[in-house]
Amino acid sequence: MIEAVGPIKRKFAPWDDPTLKPFIRFENVTKRFGDFTAVDNLTLDIYEREFFALLGPSGCGKTTLMRMLAGFEQPTEGRILLDGKDLSGIPPYKRPVNMMFQSYALFPHMTVEGNIAFGLKQEGMDTSNINTRVAEMLELVKLEKFAKRKPHQLSGGQRQRVALARSLAKRPKVLLLDEPLGALDKKLREETQFELMDIQMELGMTFLIVTHDQEEAMTVSDRIAVMNHGVIAQIGTASQIYEQPASRYVADFVGDINLIDGTVSAVEGGVATLHCAGVDATIVAEAGPGEVAVGAEAGFAIRPEKVQISLEAPPAGTPNVLSGEVWDIGYLGDISVYRVRLAGGSIVKATVANLTRIVERPITWEDKVYLTWPADAGVILLK
Amino acid sequence: MAERGTQEVRPFLAKWALVAVPYLWSLLFFLAPFLIIFKISLSQTAIAMPPYLPVIGSLGDLWTKLSDFTFDNYIFLTEDPLYYSAYLSSLRIAFVSTVLLLIVGYPIAYGMARAPKSLRNALVMAVILPFWTSFLIRVYAWIGILKPEGLITIALQALGILGPGEQIHVYNTETAVFIGIVYSYLPFMVLPLYAALEKLDATLLEAAADLGCPPTKSFWVITFPLSLPGVVAGCFLCFIPIVGEFVIPDLLGGSETLMIGKTLWAEFFNNRDWPVSSAVAVVLLIILVVPIVIFQNQQKKA
Repeated sequence: MIEAVGPIKRKFAPWDDPTLKPFIRFENVTKRFGDFTAVDNLTLDIYEREFFALLGPSGCGKTTLMRMLAGFEQPTEGRILLDGKDLSGIPPYKRPVNMMFQSYALFPHMTVEGNIAFGLKQEGMDTSNINTRVAEMLELVKLEKFAKRKPHQLSGGQRQRVALARSLAKRPKVLLLDEPLGALDKKLREETQFELMDIQMELGMTFLIVTHDQEEAMTVSDRIAVMNHGVIAQIGTASQIYEQPASRYVADFVGDINLIDGTVSAVEGGVATLHCAGVDATIVAEAGPGEVAVGAEAGFAIRPEKVQISLEAPPAGTPNVLSGEVWDIGYLGDISVYRVRLAGGSIVKATVANLTRIVERPITWEDKVYLTWPADAGVILLK
Repeated sequence: MAERGTQEVRPFLAKWALVAVPYLWSLLFFLAPFLIIFKISLSQTAIAMPPYLPVIGSLGDLWTKLSDFTFDNYIFLTEDPLYYSAYLSSLRIAFVSTVLLLIVGYPIAYGMARAPKSLRNALVMAVILPFWTSFLIRVYAWIGILKPEGLITIALQALGILGPGEQIHVYNTETAVFIGIVYSYLPFMVLPLYAALEKLDATLLEAAADLGCPPTKSFWVITFPLSLPGVVAGCFLCFIPIVGEFVIPDLLGGSETLMIGKTLWAEFFNNRDWPVSSAVAVVLLIILVVPIVIFQNQQKKA
C-alpha cells in the first residue's frame, strides 16, 4: 500500500496502525474571523515522531491551524488535544510546543546565545545546564563561532539556524515550523530541508511544518495534508498525494498536471472510459475517487513525465493515443518540456529526461508527434 | 582625464555644500551668539549703554582691552549660595519632572502603539493638538484650575469632598510647577516613546510567549529594553529644556520655587547685571552639554 519514499522512512507509518493513539488531534475545529471562516470543521490526527506538513495556498487556513496549536488563536468551535490532553484555555507560554516563526522573530537586543537560552531561562533551568544546552544547540546548527553575535550581524541563513536552535532548545514535544525556509535561496533551502529531516530523526520530536512550497512539503514530511479554503483536500504520503490525487484541486496544486475533459461513457471494475469530444479521443483509465458513473463530466489527469512523446505512430489498435504538433519546447537542462497542441487546440505537456548530451533534438518545433502512456499512468477525476 | 576630473569635482562640491548648510546654521545661530554671551560674561557691569565694559569697537581694541576681561563673574557665582542652590534645584526639578513624565507618558505611548492602526494617526494628532494653542495661554489656564478659588476647589466642593470654606492650596507651590511641566512637556515624551514602541514587532512577544514567558514578564524583557532608544530620546528632550524652564515656575511656582531660569531673568531684568546673567547662562550650558553628549552617543548607537 505505502510506497517506499526513502530507506529511513520505509517502515514508519503509525497512521496505518489502528492501535496507536494520535499525538495531536484537531477535533472538529472551526475558526472564524468575523465573517471569514479560516478553518472549517476540520479533523486531523498527527502521530508521535511524525514530520507532518500542512500544504496549501495562502489563505487556506494552514497558518491559522498552526497558530491555534501554539495557542495564539483560540478555536471558535471544536478542540485540540495534545497527547490526550485538551489544550483549550492553556496560554501559549504554558504549552509544550515551540514554534519557529516565518520572520524568525529573533530578539534583536540579545546575542545568539541569549536568544537560544531565553526559553530555558523561563523554565528556571540553572545556569550550568543552560550553558550546556546552548552549546549543544549551537553545535547542532553549526553556529558555535557566532554565539556572541547579535542577530543583525548574521546572514539570513544563520538567522534561520538561530531561530531553529531557539525553538528546539526546550526540547518541545512538538515543533511548529511556519514557512521556515521561505526566506532562503533555493540551494540553501534544499540543504536545510535535509538538515531538518536529520535533526528531526536525531531528536525524535514531532514536527509540524506549514508551507506553500509543495517540493518542500514532499521532501521533508512523512505525510502531507493539502488544504483549501479551511478544509483538508487530501491527507497522505508525498507519493500518495502525487500519484493518487483525490481531486482535481490536489492534482493541480501538487506538481504539474495535464487535464483533458470529457464525458464518462463506460465504467467497469474501477476502470472508466472517457470520451473526450474536445480532442476527439477516447481514453481508458483508472477511475479516481468519487462517483465516477456513466454520463458524468470528468477529466483525465496525467503527469507530464508519464506522457511519452514519439515521432512514429504507434501500431494500430493501441489504446490511449493522442496526436498533435509540437508547439513549444522548454529546455531545463535535466529535462525538456514539450508542449504539444492537440487537434482541438488544447495543450498537453510531456517531459523528457535528457539522458544523453543532446546537441540536436530528434523532435523539434512543428513536428507531428504521438503521445502515449502506460495503462495505469493517469486517473479519471470528477469535475 | 581633465574632462573626467571636472565631472567628479562637481558632485564633490555639491556634497560639501550640502553638508555645510547645517554647520553654517549652527555657526550663525548657536556658536556666534554663544561667543557674544561668553564675551559679556567676562566683562564688568557699568552704568552705560550697553551696561557692561569693555566694549570692543574694533579688532585693535580687543588686544588693548584684553586685560579688562575677568573671570570675576564666575567666581562670584561660586561665592553666593543662591546660584549654587538654584542650579541644584533646577536639576532636581528637571529630574523629578522627567521621571514623572516617563511614568505618565509610557502608558500613553504604549496604548497608542497598541491601538488599531486606523486610530493611531488620530491619537498622534490628539497628542500634538495642544500646540495649536499658545503655550503661555495654556500655562495661564492652569492658574485658573489650580488657584485656591479655582476649578479644582469648585469641583471638590461640588462633590462634597471639601467643605464650603475649604480650599486646595497647590498654586504657588512646587507641586503646581510639576503639574505644569508634566502637562506642557508630555508630547515631547510621548512622541519618541510612541515611535519606538510602534516599530516593535509584535511577533517578538509571541515568540517570547511561545518560549514560556508570560506577558507581564515579556514587557520587561522584550518591550521595555527595545523601547530604550525612545526612553532616552524622550528623557533628554524633556530634561534639557526643563532645567532652563522659566515661564512655568514663574507663573505657577510663585516665590517658593527656585529655578535657574528665574534667577537668570532676575539678574538680567531686575539687577541689569548682564555680565553675571551671561555667566549664569554659560554655566547652565556647560551643565547641559554633558547630557547632550551622552544623548548623542546613545543616538549613534541606536
